[in-house]
Amino acid sequence: MSWSTTSMPPEIEALAEQVFVALADPTRRSILAALASGGPATATDLAVQLPISRQAIAKHMALLADAGLVTAEAGERRRVRYRLRSAPMQVAQQFLAALARDWDGALDALQDHLDQRTELPVTTKLGSPRGRPGRKPVQP
Amino acid sequence: MGFPDRIERTVQVAHPPAKVWAALTTAEGLGSWFGHKASIDLRPGGSASMTWDHGLTAELRVERVEEPTVFGFTWHIYGLPDDDPRRTYVEFTLEAVGEGTRLTVVESGFAQLPDDAYRKAYDGNTDGWARELGELVDYLDAA
Repeated sequence: MSWSTTSMPPEIEALAEQVFVALADPTRRSILAALASGGPATATDLAVQLPISRQAIAKHMALLADAGLVTAEAGERRRVRYRLRSAPMQVAQQFLAALARDWDGALDALQDHLDQRTELPVTTKLGSPRGRPGRKPVQP
Repeated sequence: MGFPDRIERTVQVAHPPAKVWAALTTAEGLGSWFGHKASIDLRPGGSASMTWDHGLTAELRVERVEEPTVFGFTWHIYGLPDDDPRRTYVEFTLEAVGEGTRLTVVESGFAQLPDDAYRKAYDGNTDGWARELGELVDYLDAA
């Protein structure tokens, strides 16, 4: 078993960055949400559903396609239909997973747990009794 | 932007290693401070599980057991799909310092990507455009 201590390859970072840029815009979030909930759709379909012009949608679609978040495929009557792709999201999710892992909270909870189980007050300089109320356990 | 592959924390705990070890490696301990309920088969390769009252469950695989200094396990990366094979490795190291313990936790493996996931993240993009260009060619041929 080997666990890399290096950072992600730069291409992967670039890919994740594109995902975050794509998600930073509310219009693009609404487009992605529409594709996620309703399945593949053409720019015209999306213009009907969302308060955005077809032209604006086309512009956002180019960015989303560059980020690999949507792919264009043949739809009915030669219209290009867009389909959501989850692979780049999963790359970005790794980054979020590292940020969301709350070891500070977990270790605080551990200290509280240990302190509560001590019958005599703890007076070492390393850890004075903590004043926090009992914490809820920390979820992963 | 840098992707953290590894998270490391060290805390000083005012309790001896044996007591910290029990909190980290017993069902009672893990079920108190970490999850709401836990079970553990404390041996390398053994499985452990933690559940939270709101329904989340974490399945752990015990990797290192060197009482009372090293406890390591792997678990699924939170937020990735359930069938994603990637796991991070968590290792607790306990070192007696005076009356207390210096406790270090290292979680590593956030930046790992299986080879196929790396390819998968890019391929669709190329596929999509290839298909779209094919459409254009068809369109031009028909015109």
